[in-house]
Amino acid sequence: MKKITLEVNGKPVVKEIPDNTLLSSFLRETLNLTGTHVGCDTSQCGACVVHVNGKSIKSCTALATDVEGSKITTIEGLASNGKMHPMQEAFKKMHGLQCGFCTPGMVMSAVDLLQNKKNPSEKEIRDWLEGNICRCTGYHNIVKAVKEAASKM
Amino acid sequence: MKNFNYHSAKDGKEATKLASSNSAYLAGGMTTIPSMKLGLASYKDIIDIKGIKKLSGIKVSGKSITIGATTKHSDVANSKDVKKAIPSLAQLAEGIGDPAVRNRGTIGGSIANNDPAADYPSACIALDAVIHTSSRKIDAEKFFTGMFETALKKGELIEAVEFKIPEKSSYQKHPNPASRYAIVGVYVAKNKNEVNVAVTGAKSCVYNDEKLSKALSKDFSTSAVNAINVSSSGMNSDIHASAEYRASLVATYAKKAVDAC
Repeated sequence: MKKITLEVNGKPVVKEIPDNTLLSSFLRETLNLTGTHVGCDTSQCGACVVHVNGKSIKSCTALATDVEGSKITTIEGLASNGKMHPMQEAFKKMHGLQCGFCTPGMVMSAVDLLQNKKNPSEKEIRDWLEGNICRCTGYHNIVKAVKEAASKM
Repeated sequence: MKNFNYHSAKDGKEATKLASSNSAYLAGGMTTIPSMKLGLASYKDIIDIKGIKKLSGIKVSGKSITIGATTKHSDVANSKDVKKAIPSLAQLAEGIGDPAVRNRGTIGGSIANNDPAADYPSACIALDAVIHTSSRKIDAEKFFTGMFETALKKGELIEAVEFKIPEKSSYQKHPNPASRYAIVGVYVAKNKNEVNVAVTGAKSCVYNDEKLSKALSKDFSTSAVNAINVSSSGMNSDIHASAEYRASLVATYAKKAVDAC
């Protein structure tokens, strides 16, 4: 067992966990933050993307112990004061989701993209999201949503 | 995933001291963690080296560029120094996996794993890299010894990779559309007196294609590549590509690389 101290969505967290706990399980099962989804569980689909110190990573392929001391943001941490993040608003407005399973990861990846590039082209959006898979194949509106958010952010 | 004891090493000395016959170093974990999850690997001790500051960073000095073992792919891809000194190396890093993988995966992890389809090993061969470890310096030619095998001894820790800056270079790959691993990747580096052509993805281990290197050293042109018959003997054949197709890709991507130089 290891005691870890970190910040999740702006709140300090101290927990004792088995050494082999994955970050995705830690978020979902220990902290009950089930907005982070586990799809393929093999770091390919991107449903589990969260931010660690502002950068997008796949939480199914990180240990909770190895992000000790970090600042984690999950999909639950994007809205503030009951108001959706502009990326969430854009996904809603442009119908950027169908079943919604991939959406938390898509949104977290897209937010990281706009941190790196303010006005990405369609190609840059598609390239950036290549690690996020939508089995409904709703990519068209996802790309539109990211463009919409870029114009608002 | 089987349980293990997690250690976070403060420095290289502590890391190598903690190492045992049943331990693994953890940097980005992009291969180590999936391997453990799938039950392909299990360890008693996992030694996290991410916190060792000395192992991360990029330094350029005259003729070479040295990249710390735990430097992430995204840092290499975005580095102004790398883009200026060896643009093809930054481009290679930009093409690994996807952004979330590049934000975690490291150069040291990539070469220690020596996946037959990984990108970085080809850069090491083409750019005459020297691998600095906790106990010695190893030439890239002697480092990659076989499929997922390297010259590293148990507990030996990669500290940095030193690449020679070429006159011109280019890395071109035919990526697997799902994983972005190279079905075939060709790294061409032109130095003053010789050309190196490294190939990844085609065989069980990265290699220097001596025929292509020799031909391009004499005449740096696509017609020099056309004159070479790339043999499919010893090449991988799987659901993604037959050996013959891979041989054809080696020639095609060698030409693309020469053109892009």
